[in-house]
Amino acid sequence: MSKAVVKKTLVSLAVAGAITAAQADIVVGVAGPHTGAYAAFGEQLWRGAAKAAEDINAQGGINGEMIKLVKADDACEPKQAVSIANRLVDSDEAVAVVGHFCSSSSIPASVIYDEAGVLMVTPASTNPALTDRGLPGVFRVCGRDDQQGDVAASYIVGELGAKRVAVIHDKDTYGKGLADAMKSTLNSYGVKEVLYEGLTRGEKDFNALVTKIRSVDADVVYFGGLHSEAGPLVRQMREQGLTAKFISGDGIVSEEFVSVAGSPEYVDGVLMTFGADPTSYPAGKAVVKSFRDTGVEPEGYVMYSYTAMQVVAKALAANDLDPVAASDWLHSGVKVDTAMGTKSFDDKGDLLVSDYVMYEWDAKGKYNMLNK
Amino acid sequence: MDIVLQQLVNGLTLGSVYGLIAIGYTMVYGIIGMINFAHGDVYMVSSYITAIAIALLTFFGLESFPVIILGTLIFTIAVTSVYGWVIERVAYRPLRNSSRLSILISAIGMSLILQNYVQIAQGARQQGVPSLLSGAVRFDIGDGFVQITYMKLFILFAAFLGMGVLTYIIQKTKLGRMCRATQQDRKMASILGIDTDKIISLVFVIGAAMAALAGVLITLDYGAFDFYVGFIIGIKAFTAAVLGGIGSLPGAMLGGIILGLSEALFAGLISSDYKDVFSFSLLVVILIFRPSGLLGKPEVEKV
Repeated sequence: MSKAVVKKTLVSLAVAGAITAAQADIVVGVAGPHTGAYAAFGEQLWRGAAKAAEDINAQGGINGEMIKLVKADDACEPKQAVSIANRLVDSDEAVAVVGHFCSSSSIPASVIYDEAGVLMVTPASTNPALTDRGLPGVFRVCGRDDQQGDVAASYIVGELGAKRVAVIHDKDTYGKGLADAMKSTLNSYGVKEVLYEGLTRGEKDFNALVTKIRSVDADVVYFGGLHSEAGPLVRQMREQGLTAKFISGDGIVSEEFVSVAGSPEYVDGVLMTFGADPTSYPAGKAVVKSFRDTGVEPEGYVMYSYTAMQVVAKALAANDLDPVAASDWLHSGVKVDTAMGTKSFDDKGDLLVSDYVMYEWDAKGKYNMLNK
Repeated sequence: MDIVLQQLVNGLTLGSVYGLIAIGYTMVYGIIGMINFAHGDVYMVSSYITAIAIALLTFFGLESFPVIILGTLIFTIAVTSVYGWVIERVAYRPLRNSSRLSILISAIGMSLILQNYVQIAQGARQQGVPSLLSGAVRFDIGDGFVQITYMKLFILFAAFLGMGVLTYIIQKTKLGRMCRATQQDRKMASILGIDTDKIISLVFVIGAAMAALAGVLITLDYGAFDFYVGFIIGIKAFTAAVLGGIGSLPGAMLGGIILGLSEALFAGLISSDYKDVFSFSLLVVILIFRPSGLLGKPEVEKV
């Protein structure tokens, strides 16, 4: 019996050894919702990172070693995020991660990466708490919700001159964080919201909430959440004859927002804050062109994900592939050239300069930057 | 005033749809004493079939609303009924004489199979259908107004018609009598010459058909769905069935409407953050005072 156990252990050790030896490549995880209701964003993340890895490998990889991407699916669920983070760290032996997408996944997963000394660069998680906890290996190439909320609040007060603002969120880390950030800036301008409510993610019927928004006579509805709830919400608002302006954040940046809302007429005039058009940077012209040549439109987070992968590659290349040294290097304020211009990071891991601007959806179901 | 009226309309439409889905839970429970956890996913499948039907009909150049809605209803109800029948045949009938627990596990397995099958076959993305019937009626009341889309009126009409037809079938026809007999005593019914296997299959088909009706109505109204929509609405409909008294047909409809109304009124008048907390608290309170639900009959202990 004990002999059998020893034998088994030896065999498994040998197998483990063989796997480690075979991994000469640099493994980078691409973590995000590859399945589930938010799979569209996971796809954007994967496209951007895959393209970046392909381009970097074509130029000789990182210090001669090839990047090997591993897809990790968190389905935008915190529990699953933790378990796939463990998998990336333990069995895939990833040195860096591009991801996650949802803040509620990024935050718990970042603890695992921190313990393992893995470099994490998220292209999309904007909740302040992600970097506020001071984990050294956590970076983002997108802005923060409080910056996004500032832009939205000053637009609501300054440009729209709105007095009656209803704030709705989806009770999730990202959505509530965004709504709270907007609300506190709004209050600092002396405007008190007339309604502050949460809705349940995954539901499709928000008629009762819409009627309530109507009853407080709001002229602006600010929504912190994702397109899968924003679509039905804005549609049901219009169906009940509520004409209030609908404003949201970067959670609705997807063509799917239109199909979920039913038709472009419902999204007409919807406003959202999002980083200045990621395809507009001169440094990224060639990348955008090669995306379009293959028939892929680099929408939403594709370019962010490309940039995150570039940051990972440059930081590893400059530090002998050591992820811990790489994060110190990034914190030191070095300028990293990416497809979205030159980026540098503060000591928390946030971008030194955020790039949020206001976008508007039109009656054709496309979004355009305002005032530019 | 106008706000309360609007909330009543919201609650009534939502509740009538819960009621339709609850029928599937309650009838299956009534006849074989099992909770069909895959029922919510049958509803989800019907959303996809609705989208396919609309795509097919518009492909053949049929554009007018009555033709599309009728075609979609017939196609979706027919295909979803086949799903209901197959599920019973494959997952439940072989376990008819095993313990209740194994059939329950089989139902949960079926639910996962349906979700994953749709996710793989149709993709994990959110799907949408265009709105077919636009426009609304608007009543001005004092300063405010109540606005009801034509689609909502159609939902109310179709849901109550569906429930009415089903009640007629169960109460007045020979088929319904066979169903009721099987429900009361399956062994005795089969001794008297009723093919109980066939009746049980029929009950699954009826449940699936009602879920399909709900699926068509909701999909056309909200326009958005994914492979996971069956979960929340399934839980809500199951709650409605328990609230009304599981096993009782009018109970399922009543439970659905009470649940829909209480959700809408609580969300509208107090807080939408806690509407689910309120609905489930209501369920707990009702079950404390009436353990077998509002219209359910207490189970008689057979000696």
